[in-house]
This record gives sequence, C-alpha cells and structure tokens, in this order.
Amino acid sequence: MAETTLLRFITCGSVDDGKSTLIGRLLHETRQIFEDQADALARDSRKHGTTGDDVDYALLVDGLEAEREQGITIDVAYRFFATPARKFIVADTPGHEQYTRNMATGASTADLAIVLVDARKGVLTQTRRHSFIASLLGIRHVILAVNKIDLMGFDQAVFDDIVSDYAEVAGHLGLERVEAIPLSARYGDNIAERSARLSWYGGPTLIELLERAPTANRAGAAPFRLPIQYVSRPNLDFRGFAGTVASGEIAAGDPVTVAKSGVSTKVSRIVGPDGDQERATAGQAVTLVLADEVEASRGNMLCRPTERPEVADQFAAHIVWMDEQPMLPGRSYWLRTETDQVPATVTDLKHRQDVNTFAHEAAKSLELNEIGLCNLSTQAPVAFDPYADNRVTGAFVLIDRMTNATAGAGMILHPLRRAANVHWQAITVDAEARAALKHQKPAVLWFTGLSGSGKSTIANLLEKKLHAQGRHTFILDGDNVRHGLNRDLGFTEVDRVENIRRVAEVARLMAEAGLLVIVSFISPFRAERRMARELMPEGQFVEIFVDTPFDVCAERDPKGLYAKALRGEIANFTGLDSPYEPPENAELRLDTQEDSADALAERLEAWLSARGYC
Amino acid sequence: MALSHLDALEAEAIHIFREVAATCARPVMLYSIGKDSSVLLHTAIKAFAPGPVPFPLLHVDTGWKFREMIAFRDRMAAEHGLDLKVHMNPDGVRDGVGPFSHGSSVHTHVMKTLGLRQALDAGRYDAAFGGARRDEEKSRAKERIFSFRDRSHGWDPKNQRPEMWRVFNTRVADGESMRVFPLSNWTELDVWQYIQREAIPIVPLYFAKPRPVVERDGMLIMADDERMALRPGESIEQRVVRFRTLGCYPLTGAIESEAATLDDIIAEMQVSRTSERQGRLIDRDEAGSMEKKKREGYF
Repeated sequence: MAETTLLRFITCGSVDDGKSTLIGRLLHETRQIFEDQADALARDSRKHGTTGDDVDYALLVDGLEAEREQGITIDVAYRFFATPARKFIVADTPGHEQYTRNMATGASTADLAIVLVDARKGVLTQTRRHSFIASLLGIRHVILAVNKIDLMGFDQAVFDDIVSDYAEVAGHLGLERVEAIPLSARYGDNIAERSARLSWYGGPTLIELLERAPTANRAGAAPFRLPIQYVSRPNLDFRGFAGTVASGEIAAGDPVTVAKSGVSTKVSRIVGPDGDQERATAGQAVTLVLADEVEASRGNMLCRPTERPEVADQFAAHIVWMDEQPMLPGRSYWLRTETDQVPATVTDLKHRQDVNTFAHEAAKSLELNEIGLCNLSTQAPVAFDPYADNRVTGAFVLIDRMTNATAGAGMILHPLRRAANVHWQAITVDAEARAALKHQKPAVLWFTGLSGSGKSTIANLLEKKLHAQGRHTFILDGDNVRHGLNRDLGFTEVDRVENIRRVAEVARLMAEAGLLVIVSFISPFRAERRMARELMPEGQFVEIFVDTPFDVCAERDPKGLYAKALRGEIANFTGLDSPYEPPENAELRLDTQEDSADALAERLEAWLSARGYC
Repeated sequence: MALSHLDALEAEAIHIFREVAATCARPVMLYSIGKDSSVLLHTAIKAFAPGPVPFPLLHVDTGWKFREMIAFRDRMAAEHGLDLKVHMNPDGVRDGVGPFSHGSSVHTHVMKTLGLRQALDAGRYDAAFGGARRDEEKSRAKERIFSFRDRSHGWDPKNQRPEMWRVFNTRVADGESMRVFPLSNWTELDVWQYIQREAIPIVPLYFAKPRPVVERDGMLIMADDERMALRPGESIEQRVVRFRTLGCYPLTGAIESEAATLDDIIAEMQVSRTSERQGRLIDRDEAGSMEKKKREGYF
C-alpha cells in the first residue's frame, strides 16, 4: 500500500448537533468499525442509546464508562480513519462544560475544522463561539456541515440561508476557506456518497472534501526554524542539536544563526532518522551538526542569518485560561514554549474577550475557559514568531508553579517594543559598592505569617538592634504601605498579588541602595513570595516564617481584627476565608510560643551576623 | 512537500523520546516484546543515533509469557547493547499466582499491575514509555501522550493536563510520574506498514504456522509448556494459527490464519473484521474494564 499524507481536523458543534454521530458515521463508512466493536455497539445502543432501534453511532466514540452512563463526553478524544487517499486524525471535543479549554486543545494541532450546524436551528451563538476559537488557534479552513437536513425535508433554501448567515461570521474572523455541505450524519447522506435526496447540491462529499483539503502546513515556505530540543553529545567526536523543524528548510552547508546570541556558523551535517541527509524540512525530527563550536542549549533556536525570529522578554499574547485557579496578573508562572521554559508574569490584562459576542471587556483576572489579551514579561528573553506567522514557534503554555498544572495556553501577537528599545542603564556605582560604604551586605529580610503572629514586633526589635550597631536599615510594614503606596489596593486575591509585587520591587531598589530591608507582610501565597525571592540576587532574600497558629493569633488579637472577622465583618481574612500557604523552604522559622519576641530578635541578629550581613 | 503519514508519525515519536530525555531525570522504557514494543524500540534507537538509547528498558515478566517472546527479548537486548531490566513480582512468585490457578483477573492484577508498580517504585522512574495506541480501546482514545500519574500510579481521566501543539508539560513533583506514549497516534495498520517499511524484527509468533492449540471458551490457546493442563473433553491439535497481540500464553487467543509474511498480514488486516484486542481475555472481564485497570496503574 502506497504511503499517504496525514490530515488532522477537529469537529465542533453543540450537544445535539450530532457531532459524535458524524464521527461514528465517518468511522463506519471507512470500515474502521470491527465486528466485535459493532456487536458491542448494538448491545450498548439498546442499553444506553437514544436512537430507538437504530444503531447509535455516538456510543462508539463516547469512551469512558462515566460518559456512557451519563450520555455526555468528558474530554478530548482522538479518532483515526483512513481512505485510500489519506489518513485522518480527528479531535473529538465535548460540546458543553469545559468547552473552550477542550476545543482549544483539539484545535491546536488541527489543519481544519468541521463546524456542525443543525439545519433546524441555523447559525447559533455556539456556532460563532466555535468558529472564533478555531480561528484564534490559527485554523483558516472550515467545512460548514449543515447536518440533519433530512429533518428539514432536504430543502435547499434552508441550506442557502445558513450558508449566507455563516459568511458574515467567516468574514469577521478572517477565515480563508469555507466549504459548505448539506448532510445527514445519521443516515449517511453526502458522507461517503452523493445523496440522491440532495441532488440540488453539486459539490463533493464530505470525505472528498477531507481528502482534498490542503494540510495547514504552509510551514514549508516559511523561514527556517529549529527549536533546539536536545543536545546530543554521545562522545567527544559528535555534538548535535536535535529538534523538530518548525518551518522552512535547511541544507548541509547553509549558514545558520543561534537566535538568542546572534552567533553564526554553518550546518556541516544533518542526521535524520535514516542517517545523514542533504536537506531537512518542516515536520522532520533531525539533528544538526554545526561547523563551529557554538554555545547553544535547549530552548534556543536555529534560523537563517537573514530571517531571524523575535527575541524578547516582553510580548503581547492571547491567553486561553484552563485552570480552576484564576489567572492573576503579577503572579509568577512557568512559561513553556515547545522547548524553552522561563518564569513569566502577566504584567497587564488588557481585556477579556467574550467568546459569544467577540466583545472586549475590562477584567482583573481570567477564570477557567476565559480568553484575554495580555502583556507578558519573562525572566529571560524567549525566541519566537507571531502565532499568525508560525503556529509552532508562536505558541506557549503557562504552568502553575505550585501544582504543575497546565493552566493556560498562549498565542503570541507581537513583541513589546519596550523590551527591545529600553535598555538597562549601565550603572557604575553598584549595590555592592554602596553596601561596602555602609560596612554591611544588603538583604531583604522577608517576614511572613498570619495577622497578629508577631511579625511587626520582632521586626521592630530587630531593627533597633541593628540600628544600635550602626547598620543602615528600613522597615516596610504591611499596614503602613497600605496607607500610601498601595492605598488603591483592596484584599481580593488579585490585589494581594499586586500589593506584594509592588513591595517586592521597592524592597529590591532599597537593597540595591545597600540597605538591610525588613519587610513585614502577611504575604500568604507561596507564589508571590517566590516571585519576590526571584527578583533579588542569590543570597539576598531571607524568608522568615513567624509561625504562630491561627488559634493563638485569634486569642492575642492585638488589633481586634480576629474578633471582627469571626463575626463576619471582614471578608477575605487570611486564615479564615482566605488561605495562608506556609513556607516550605524558609531560611528561618520563628516559634513565638516557645521564645519571647526579644529572644527571637536576638537569634535573628546572630544568624545575620554569622553570615556576614551585619 | 508534506511528509508521508509514516514519516510524520515517526517524527512525532522521535520528538517525544527526545523531549523526555531532555526534561526527565529517570526515564525508563516499558518493553513488552510485542510488535508495538518493537516499533517503540526502533524509533527510540533512531531518536538518539548516533548515540546510544539514554535510558534502560524494563520488562515486567509474569512467568507466563510465550517462550519465543523471552528468547526474542534476550536476543534484542544483546544485539542492541541495551540496558534491560527484568522484574517479576516476588510475592506472586511466592504465592504461585498464575492464570490457570487464580484466573485472569487476579493473575493480571498481581503479576502485571502490582509487578509494574513495584518495578517503577524501585527504580524511582519519573517517566515510563509505553507502546499503547489510542486506536486500541475507547479509554485509550482519551489519554494524553504525556499521561500524569499520582504517587500511587493512578490515572484520573477527569483531571488530565490539556495537551496543546507539541508543547508538553513534563513537570512532576517528587514521587509523581508520567506515562509517555510515543505511538499514541499510530493505528494497528500504521504499525504493520512501518514494520514492513523498516524491516523491523518481530517475534515469529505473529506469523502463521502449525502450532499446538486447545480450543477453550471460544478461543484458541496455544499449549506453550507443560503447565497447560487439559480439561475433560479437550485435546491438543496442530492448527495453522498466528497471534495479533502477544501476552501471557494462557490468556492470548490465536487466530486461524495462513498469513506467513508481512504482506499477508497487512492484506489480512485490511479485510479483517475484528479488532486486535478481541483476542485478549482480560478486556472482556467486565464493561469498562480497561479504564478500571488503568486507574489502578495498569499500562
């Protein structure tokens, strides 16, 4: 049998549009359903089916036990079928809960989308939503499948109306190719064979449309990109850069440049799956051997000297949020591209986009299944292309640093010019020089703990001791900062993150000025404390956990806050209805039940002195 | 120029192998000796050439594999200079667990599922490659290529990480792990076509020849050694048979077939009207049984 090409597509539709039935029908028509599966299907149809005595094809693709019982589809499933002309991979996504997340997942690798419309209902809000998500994920080719045309008497006028309604959606979304087809998935009309009942339709069958569709891989003509995935160094004589060619092509002897450093050399060998090859093209997994010993590791990218990707640490992107925990600007996430990984924060959520009306709305966070336009800042520069130009090098995911969950998916729009044009001022008098003048080593002493745990008391005592020794110190206290710098912030999760971000930045500037900065903040979230830690040079951040249990704090209640909170008069109170995440790797843990505040301040002073801070 | 479907699938598998090697601390490849494992090994070797495969292979033996499988396994390990580790659940061996005495469910749970968990825990592996494909079974169709497992190796189908583009999230905490399936998007036909194109060695049991079989519960079971006790009314006959999948010989049904070459097998597949798992006893124990086994940590 001759080798054929591969097409990946996604089917989108609402719950009752007959999506599973269509996929079941495609599998049936291309003889992918085996006898034992057909027997099981007939059995299951009688037990769980919704089609009376007919075989319910939907049951064939609703895989998990829980789904069969409840008649719903939980997650993205992949199906396979083949015709003599082509192999197909179908991403089948459920039509309700988690829809945006699942559809985005399925669409990310699809060449085209089949958008199903129920002939009785026409173009619905959901149709617009599905088409929007498909276009957001870079799909430019849609087959508009007008299903259940049998229930409308195979009427051409119904079909024509739907096609013209959809043209408006397609125009708005910039879809390049829309092919409309009337069909009945349940009875097989126009699936594999032209239906006599739809003789007014002169076009190809659904399977013919799929066989003829171009693969979205226009990447062949795009500039050469090889994201470096793995550096292969099996012995002293071989050093190769392995990865999958994202786009374009390259030949042995061609000049290449390492994107992040700008260093150029030549390709001396291309090792492919069957040994050395002359050229490598988009989609091939290869290993490039370079003529010179250049510095490059996983996460970098090889390109041609004349066609380079963007290299920036700030850019704008659309983000689809996929986690139960909302996306909070200012919080630190792992940003992962195909091969690179860096800490990143969303610096600005420009707007949230309504998937039904496409309207832009102001928002402070993104909830599960919401889509927003964001500015991001990464801790180190990333090599990328705009997603519209390259679906491989323009994509990334955001990973929750606590749970490792894949929390969001991003499509890059463009770099932010500030990243390219605003350079750090080269400073000749540096932090070290300023600190040396003060005979101390700068540090940020970050006190965290519940309200009333004793942070401020110990911090004040410590400052007095340091001051008495002639050290230069400054206290940033939660309550005081909230009266000034952070007066515009409340106590929601979003505001708490921003509160800590600003304080961490101020503390960093003060440490650069050579000070011993004492920060006394509840700072309940690990993620923000880690962000603060990462802002400072290694060894400059000292996390001090003032460990006083909730009950003891409530008992002490120096400001009367616990009494109020317990009466329900304060919302988002840490330890009560807002969580406190205790540090896992604090440099110091202070137990206020064992020792007095004075003894603890003394212990701290000794600790700092032993490490040369004072 | 678009790649052929086999080239595209091969490239995807190579990419997945490299991704694990680049980001995981202690990977291992589950090697079950069957045709899918043969393809898995072949693509792994390609992924790292001219270097060696940078992780060990693990075979979880049950003591009931076909003898030809074990001979093939040892030959492959020697030919490719592989670091092959073999584990057999010592508790099961001590208690004499086997499919004839304990039934297929208990045998599979103790010798395969528990045996696998022991071996993975002992090796402290954070990523384990398997040859499973999404076309094999309904619950597999929903599994990720990088499939997250909690500390007790459990799979939670409702809480899987979204998997987008080729951006894989390989991050796990201490004690957690990933099962990784480089052949997720291959079909049975793709596997056979690839074996043919690449001339990949496979266990001879896949090819038809006269073998001693017993007809039992509607299946043809090969009498591979003396532990196969005949029930009243049963007899061993020589029939021309082959196997579409390989596992423990008492649980693996042969099919009557004349297909003695790869061409024959592919031709037979294209007219075949039954799925390959049909020959496996363990999948039929109860409805949803594969999903259940996977939640417990079965591959």
